[in-house]
Order: sequence, then structure tokens, then C-alpha cells
Amino acid sequence: MDTITTIGTIIRGDREIFPPYLYEAYQSTRRRAPQLPLIGVPLTISELTGPGPAISSVTPEDADLTRNAGTGGEAIGQRIIVTGRVLDEHGNPIPNTLLEIWQANASGRYLHRRDQWPGPLDPNFLGMGRCLTNDDGVYRFLTIRPGAYPWKNHPNAWRPAHIHFSVFGPSMLSRLVTQMYFPDDPLHQIDPIMNSAPTEKARQGLIAAYAHDVTEPEWALGYRWDIVLRGPDATYFEPGEGKQ
Amino acid sequence: MSVLTLTSSQTVGPFFSPCLLRPDACRNVLVEPGTSGERIRIEGCVLDGGGVPIDDAMVEIWQANAHGRYNHPADQGTAPLEPAFTGFGRSGTDENGCYWFETIKPGRVPFKGEQMQAPHICVTVFSRGLLNHVVTRLYFADEPSNIDDPVLQCVPQSRRATLLARRESEGEPAVYRFDIVLQGENETAFFNL
Repeated sequence: MDTITTIGTIIRGDREIFPPYLYEAYQSTRRRAPQLPLIGVPLTISELTGPGPAISSVTPEDADLTRNAGTGGEAIGQRIIVTGRVLDEHGNPIPNTLLEIWQANASGRYLHRRDQWPGPLDPNFLGMGRCLTNDDGVYRFLTIRPGAYPWKNHPNAWRPAHIHFSVFGPSMLSRLVTQMYFPDDPLHQIDPIMNSAPTEKARQGLIAAYAHDVTEPEWALGYRWDIVLRGPDATYFEPGEGKQ
Repeated sequence: MSVLTLTSSQTVGPFFSPCLLRPDACRNVLVEPGTSGERIRIEGCVLDGGGVPIDDAMVEIWQANAHGRYNHPADQGTAPLEPAFTGFGRSGTDENGCYWFETIKPGRVPFKGEQMQAPHICVTVFSRGLLNHVVTRLYFADEPSNIDDPVLQCVPQSRRATLLARRESEGEPAVYRFDIVLQGENETAFFNL
């Protein structure tokens, strides 16, 4: 991104991967970013456990966003399959963990009272889904490709098409909320949220790949996106304040 | 050494509530009639650097049961497990920036060897403007074992009070107040976890 912005130094986790709390080009960070050093603490049973394994109530219909509005109708838009694996940093699959996703509809509008820009709503699209990974760590959603949409961060600001993901994984360390983007989108360059990821490596990890082997003939385009979650080995701690 | 590149974090944004806070995903009430332990209600607000309540945040908690056992396969302790008590809570914030949970006071969980931790609840906050969630712990201000808790001791003395929930009522359930300040004066001590 061309814009020069103030980037804070308070970062949780690996600073080559995770965004700083303060990234001024994304205006909402200015009043919400912690300013004091994060506290390094030992890992205990409290952090090495987490809610992931105890949450499992989903139905197969939850993973089909094209029909889960329950209207009997189908959402309008380019039908897509989004699939991939949830892994730890060593490449081991993380089975039976909950993913929750939400997204704008094909016109770039969320079904949310605070999204009032004049993109049309789709009565057959709620824009939310969930599923559990299988024994191989694989998740799979059927949805429609979300549209880009304007926001008020700066003049003529548009967010690139994206799907929000919330993932638990096995422990408190693995909890992740992030966004998946689509390949070859010119809006990536001008999006301060995506560009808050500090390195090219980190940003590339947020972009799904078109996958022709996932694409189903006469039905839907396929995208593949793997998610790699933190584990105890990816955490650096020293007791005391300010060790980052 | 990491083999794979970790997936980066991005903000939860302003539009998560229909998904993450739909009725069957919200978990303000962690207890059932048969749950063991002292019933407590936790209330607090999430505030920004201007002291303004954040009405589009989400707070998640994770805690042990009253016996000090986590409902998780990695907790191989011998304290009784109560399968119906997951220990997970999720609350949105309302127009006043406030969240709440009805739960039980957790038991003490082990640290190393014979050493035990003071009762605590893991707290995670997500919101628009937070590119990565923040992580902290709630401790109970009236709990004598705080004095030698190994995690609380990592927090500089001047900031420890930000992790102490204060008892506001003696009724049943007892109400503990725990405000979370993301920035500025009285900024909550967050962890690099």
C-alpha cells in the first residue's frame, strides 16, 4: 500500500505474522489499540486448554450458506466451494474443531442493521455458516462469492471481497479470528486491514487459491485455503513485562 | 521451529453479531441447576482510549469448574469433571458497552508441582479496530490466594488492579465487576499469549 501510516509496536504473537494493535491507516485502531507493553506470562493448564474441544453442535445444513436462510430459495451469486485444512504449525491436522464464517452477499451487503449502503439485500442469504473439521482437519463450505463493499475509513474506501473466519483449535493459544481473501483482487493493494499483516508472507497466507480440483462441473468454483493455528511451540515467553 | 507459516489475525469487524452472537452461539449463562460451585454473575464494560463504551465488542471466557478441572482432554487432573459444564462463555456488548456472564467461581488449578494458581477466568476480547484479539485474566479481588499466583506476579504491581474483579453485591449470585479498558488510563494488562 502506498500510504505511509503509523504502525505500533505492541503486537501479540509472532511479529512477522500478526498485525500490530495500532495501524493508523485503519482508523478504528487509534482508540482501541493497547498502548502499554503486553505481559509475558508462563503457559499453564489454563492456556494449554481451551473451549474448542467442548463445542460441537452443528448440523450439515449449517455449512451451506446458499440455502441455510431456510426460505426454500437459493442465494444469488457465483456459487463457490471454500475448503481447506486446519493445521498446527507442524502440519498436523486439527480435527473436530469449530469454524464459524460470515460474509457479505454477492452485492457486498451484510445482513446487519449497521450496514446501510445501497447494495441490495438477498432474502435467501444470511451470510453465516459453521462447520467442524473432520478427522483430517478438513472443513468445507458451500457459499456464494461475496462482493466488495465501501466503508468510511477514508475517501472512496472499498474492502476487497473476503470471508470472515472464527476458529478455535485445541487451546487458548490457537484461537483465531481472521479473514480469507480471493486471489488476483486489485483492492488488496489499498486495503489497510489486509495490509496490517506485516509481511508479504503473512498477507499471502490470507489469500485462498483457485483450485480446479475443487471446482465441480456445472455447479460451483472451488477455492482452497488452509489455516495454520498457533500451538505452544510457536509462543515465546519470558516472565516479566515487555518481553516481546 | 515452525514448519508452516501461521495464519495471521484480522479484525472481527463490525458485522459479526448475526453469526457469532446468534442465540445458539451466545453463551452468557454457563451454569445449569445441577452445576457445582458458588454462583456468580460477572458484569463489566469494554471501554476505548477515550473512555467511550464499545458497543460492538465480543467477550469470551474460559474457566475451570468449581473443582479446578478444565473440560478438556489436556487436563489430566484428578479433580471431578462435570461434563455439562463446558467452561466456555461468549457475550456481546450492549449499547452501554456492557457484557455479562452467569457462571460459578472456578476452583484453583495447578501450576507446577504442588503450587496452585489463584482462581481465575481467561478473558478474550474481540472488536472492530482490534486487528488481533486481546487476552487477559480475571481474578477475584477478595481472594487471599492472589498473593502468590504465578501469573499475577508477572504483572507489574501498578497494573495488577486492572485484573481484579470487585465484588459488588452479597446476594445470590454475587456480582463481580470487571471492566476492560483497551487503551489509556487504567488500561487493562493484556498478555502476550
